[in-house]
Amino acid sequence: MAKRPMLEIAALEKRFGDNTILKQIDLKVAEGELVFVIGPSGSGKSTMLRCCNRLEQPTSGDIIVDGRNIMAGTSRDLAQMRLQIGMVFQGFHLYPHMNVLKNVTLAQRKALKRSKAEADVRAMDMLERVGLAHKADAYPSELSGGQQQRVAIARALALDPKIMLFDEPTSALDPELVGSVLKVMKDLKSKGMTMLVVSHEMGFARETADRVVFMDGGVIVEEGTPDEIFGAPKAERTRAFLSRVAG
Amino acid sequence: MDILIDQFFNVAIMQKAFPLLLKGLWMTLQLCVAVILLGLVGGLFVALGNLSPRRWLRWPTIVYIDVFRALPPLVLLIFIYSGLPFAGINVSPFTAVVIAFLLNNSSYYAEVYRAGLISVAKGQWEAAASTGLSRSQSLVYVVLPQAVRNVLPDLLSNTVEVVKLTSLASVISLSELLYSADMARSVTYNASPLVLAALFYLVLLWPLVRLVSHFQRRLAA
Repeated sequence: MAKRPMLEIAALEKRFGDNTILKQIDLKVAEGELVFVIGPSGSGKSTMLRCCNRLEQPTSGDIIVDGRNIMAGTSRDLAQMRLQIGMVFQGFHLYPHMNVLKNVTLAQRKALKRSKAEADVRAMDMLERVGLAHKADAYPSELSGGQQQRVAIARALALDPKIMLFDEPTSALDPELVGSVLKVMKDLKSKGMTMLVVSHEMGFARETADRVVFMDGGVIVEEGTPDEIFGAPKAERTRAFLSRVAG
Repeated sequence: MDILIDQFFNVAIMQKAFPLLLKGLWMTLQLCVAVILLGLVGGLFVALGNLSPRRWLRWPTIVYIDVFRALPPLVLLIFIYSGLPFAGINVSPFTAVVIAFLLNNSSYYAEVYRAGLISVAKGQWEAAASTGLSRSQSLVYVVLPQAVRNVLPDLLSNTVEVVKLTSLASVISLSELLYSADMARSVTYNASPLVLAALFYLVLLWPLVRLVSHFQRRLAA
C-alpha cells in the first residue's frame, strides 16, 4: 500500500555551535503508518522529533507535513501548521492551573477558534477515547502520571492533527501505568493515525510499529520492519544496542 | 498621662480633622490605583523585554531596572516636579507623583514578574506552542497565570511598599493622607491627626500584610 507521505524529513541537520546533533536525516512517514525510533540516549532521536514541529529549530533541511514545508512561512503559518502536528511529551506538560476539560479545550478555542460548545463536545469525545471522561473536572495534580499522559494525548488529538509525535511518552511513568498509555496509542494506530514515536518500549514497537528506525550519533543507522530490525539487524551498532537493551 | 492623651489621642481634634483626612485618604487611594495599575502593566512589559532573546529589547530594560531601583524615589519625585520646569516641562503634583513612582515601582514589579516567568517550566511554553498557540496566547493563558501565582506574595509585598511610598507625595504639597494630617496638626497644634492618619494607613495595609503572610504560608506548604 503505497500511500502518500504525511511527514517527510529531508536532509535535516541540527548543529549547536560546532556540535553536530543531526546529520543529513531523511525519513518519510506514510499516512496511517507508525514509525518507531529507537537508539541510545544522545543519539539525536528526540531532537529529530522536536525538529518536526520546530520546537527545535533545524539548522538546515526541510520538514514537509502533508505537502507543506513547515520551514517556510511566518510564525503565524508555523502556529497554524503546528495544529496539524500533535505532540506528546515525556513530562506530559499539562497546564496545572486548569482542569482537564480546560486543558483539552484551550487550543481548540484560541488557536482553532472553535466555539465553547463545540470545543467541549470534542474534548469530551477525546477524553472518552482515552478513558478519562469522568476526570474532566479534575486538576492534573489529582491524576496519576498515566492519566496525565492520556489527557495530554487527548489535548493533542482534539485539534484533529494529521500526525502525532510521541517523545518518550512512557519514560516518566511507573511501570504499572505504562500499559494504559500504550493501549491508547495502539487504539490510535488502529484508527489510522499517522504516528512517529521515540520510545524505549521495544515490545510495543515489535507489536505495533510498521517500521523501526535505529539512530545513533545523529544519523539513521538502519531502518526496516520490526522483524528485520529486532530479528536480523544488519548494522553492528544496531546489534550492540539491541543486545544491551535486551540484556 | 493626660497630656499624652490630649496631645496624641484627642478625640475631639480627631473628629474635627476627620473630614480633611478622609479627603486625603481619597487622594492616597487614587494615587495607589494609578501607580499600582500602571506599575503592574508597565512592570510586565519591562520583564518581558528583559527576558527577550532580542538584544535591543533586553539591554534597555536592564538599564531601566537598574537605574530606577537605584535612584531614591524621593529624588526622582523632586526632580520631576521641581527640576523639569527648568526645561519648560511643568507637571501637576499628581502627575509628578504618578510618573516618579511608576518608574520606581515598575522596575520592582518587573523583577518580581521576571522571577515568576522563569519559574514556569519550559515545557509549558512548548506544550502551548505545540498546540498551535502563538507566543502571546501561550503567555496570557498558560505561562502568566502560573507565574503570577508563584510570585503572588512578592507582588503583594511590593504593592504594600507602593502604598507606603505615596506618603512621600506630601513633600510636594499633594494633599494626600499624610499631607492632610500634617496640615491638621499645624492648624490644631496637636499631634492627634497624625495618629489618626497612622491608623488609616494601618487599616489600609494590615489586611494586605496578612494576605502576604497567608500566601507565603500556603506556597510554603
